[in-house]
Amino acid sequence: MQSFRSPLGRARGLGPSREAATGHWFSERLPALGLIPLMLWFIFCAVIPNIGASHAEFADFLTNPLNATLMILVVLLGFYHGLQGLLVIVGDYIGTVVVRNFIVFFLKLYAIFGAALASIAVLKLSIGG
Amino acid sequence: MKTYPRPMSPHLQVYKLHTKVTSLPSITFRVFGAVLMTVGTFCFLLWLGSAAWGPEAYDAIAAFFGSWFGVAMLVGGTVVLVFHLVNGIRHLLWDMGVGFEMSVLRKTAWAALFVTAVLCVLAWYLGFAQFNAVS
Repeated sequence: MQSFRSPLGRARGLGPSREAATGHWFSERLPALGLIPLMLWFIFCAVIPNIGASHAEFADFLTNPLNATLMILVVLLGFYHGLQGLLVIVGDYIGTVVVRNFIVFFLKLYAIFGAALASIAVLKLSIGG
Repeated sequence: MKTYPRPMSPHLQVYKLHTKVTSLPSITFRVFGAVLMTVGTFCFLLWLGSAAWGPEAYDAIAAFFGSWFGVAMLVGGTVVLVFHLVNGIRHLLWDMGVGFEMSVLRKTAWAALFVTAVLCVLAWYLGFAQFNAVS
């Protein structure tokens, strides 16, 4: 059947524009932007000063509300950004759909499990006593 | 059904990874990102998780990261994390549409390598100063 709609009219609202591509694009960049100061804090204020720290000293570090907050942000943004990156890599290099879907599933599982475990760890050390 | 060979990417060996400053950091950025999300997050979970489990688990993990192998991982991990961090800033600049000229690309590539080296040396210096102070 002949369509009187223009090609542009048919294309509008389909493809990436339908799937909120701009929002997805920003969801990949904004966590990356946030991770710049967070990772500098992580290296120079969280890891290096705690080299050789005892369990009590490290727990004490995380009882500071600012340290606990920043560590939680490192966990959430870090796992989110890392998952997005690995999904892009898997999408680029794994051609077989079934294999790719399995890998994507386990990557998401790992990211969610890891982020939850690390968050619980920070919360337990900071407010769990 | 007759199939036709589809166009393929050039083989890796045609890229002059060793002579062009732009291409090696490009693929290294991606490889390091994958390393961070796999090995990096695993070490991160060992650190925080063991601390949450208690002093015994924490001491065991701390002993591992204090061993020569653990120290080597942390020294190498510094390069992996810092390079991904610094080169990621280049990517964010490109996302803003800045710096696509070849001359600028080469300059920012060298700048990223330089800043990475400076931050790594600083982190190693502070880290080993701390390490030697407590051991």
